[in-house]
Amino acid sequence: MNAGIDTGDTAWMLIATALVLMMTPALGLFYAGLVRSKNTLNTFMMSIAAIAVATVTWAAVGYSLAFDGDGGIIGGLGNAFLSGVDFAPRQGGTIPELVFFAFQATFCIITVALISGAVVERMRFGAFLVFAALWSVLVYAVLAHWAFGGGWLMSNGTLDFAGGVPVEMGSGFSALAAALVVGARKEWGRQALLPHNAVYVLLGAGLLWFGWFGFNGGSGFGTGGPSVLAFTNTLLCPACTLVVWFALDLIRGRKVTAIGAATAIVVGCVAITPAGGYVSPGWAMLLGALAALPSYAIIVWRTRTRVDETLDVLAAHGTAGFFGILFIGFFAQADWNGVSDGLFYGNAAQLGDQALAALATPAYAFVMTFVLLKLIGAVMPLRASDREEATGMDVVQHGEEAYVTGEGAILLLPDDVGKAPVVPVADPG
Amino acid sequence: MKLVIGIVRPEQANQVLEALHRAEVRGFSMSRVQGHGGEVERVETYRGTTVQMGLSEKVRFEVAVSDSFVDKAVAAICEGGRTGEVGDGKIFVVPLDHAVRIRTGDTDEGAVTPVSR
Repeated sequence: MNAGIDTGDTAWMLIATALVLMMTPALGLFYAGLVRSKNTLNTFMMSIAAIAVATVTWAAVGYSLAFDGDGGIIGGLGNAFLSGVDFAPRQGGTIPELVFFAFQATFCIITVALISGAVVERMRFGAFLVFAALWSVLVYAVLAHWAFGGGWLMSNGTLDFAGGVPVEMGSGFSALAAALVVGARKEWGRQALLPHNAVYVLLGAGLLWFGWFGFNGGSGFGTGGPSVLAFTNTLLCPACTLVVWFALDLIRGRKVTAIGAATAIVVGCVAITPAGGYVSPGWAMLLGALAALPSYAIIVWRTRTRVDETLDVLAAHGTAGFFGILFIGFFAQADWNGVSDGLFYGNAAQLGDQALAALATPAYAFVMTFVLLKLIGAVMPLRASDREEATGMDVVQHGEEAYVTGEGAILLLPDDVGKAPVVPVADPG
Repeated sequence: MKLVIGIVRPEQANQVLEALHRAEVRGFSMSRVQGHGGEVERVETYRGTTVQMGLSEKVRFEVAVSDSFVDKAVAAICEGGRTGEVGDGKIFVVPLDHAVRIRTGDTDEGAVTPVSR
């Protein structure tokens, strides 16, 4: 065992890493339930693709650009291809850097997967893979460096416990740009495009919440006070968001909705992400309650616009992340976090540091994603044809269906595959 | 009286509904069916098992109308269902012997589109 390694911290971080990785398939389930049945697999596969692509780019250069050195804008290439990442802890850490690397990789993965919510049901799978690879390096690694890796926001004093900057605002505002570049689904605004399975949505949200205990609880990188505080705040904050969301649903529609509840869980978890280890349990509960308001308002407003940011990544992640980052500036408490007070405890400067992150992150994420997708779009089509979109992305992109019955399916023996159809095609005339 | 049966693509079903509504056809039923027309075969693969999907999802509209409304109903289904590619479906018009509105006991022309009251 290397000097400086704490076995308890390491044990927890191994588990936390696995919990966060599980959040990505959970997100896939959540998203899959929100789309129409003909796009179930494609939507789920975008999350699985994020695990594939972002893990490789993270190991190649992403981790190094985020965490090697303390350049203002971006890190170095000293850890590219896992160079020097081994059993020794990073400076100041108590866990092997290999675990730290894996934990951070799972954050990059889910952030890439989150953006898919803006473009589901029409973006070509191949174009999404290219986008995922480039975005994970050019946007995620840079924002992670700013907030976690010693970049300018971190050295300036911005507090971001578990990823309000790179994960939540990074995905939310990138999603808005992606929705604008890729364009709306062809029936958007003319037909009701409804979620096909609300049970998936609730189960996905529940599993996301479960995984989020690793996401926030692991972001103290050990078993000390910050991790414990963030862990418990991850229970308290989303519960309060749920209660307020129920009330808003009751006021607006006289009924508490299931998909609203699933959304509220995500919004509450997002809001506590940046603030988890910095605010007291009491303030975390207030944060959860208040965070429901702007996200709810944006969801109501967004569906009246022409912007088809399909699964409301901006409302759930961008907005609640923005809110959580600013909340730290008001209610951070050195008595609880041992780091800094917010405005409410006499340190107005902290609010300024938080506001800086809340302005710079959306601007960078939006502009970079917009330009990146325009460039990819110049090389390859970003979206499926109208005909393919109507047929459904599952059959067109993957040659599979989520709810196949087997009726009318003719088994092709290996010799037949690739030959002309067995059943003669009738004369279209 | 005729029964107009329109079998269309599921993704066109909403357009057909709108077209029927615009044509003031009131009262119809729809069901999900599977069928085979002249579509190009879909080949799907599940863990090495490759299959050719001989049946496609379709939506079947059944509209009972008086003789004067047959052309309107057929035109509406055509308008809503057409994409111009193989697989748009078919319309069948068949004679209808008798119709009863259960609530009132109205029969025949009084029980189908156009609705008189």
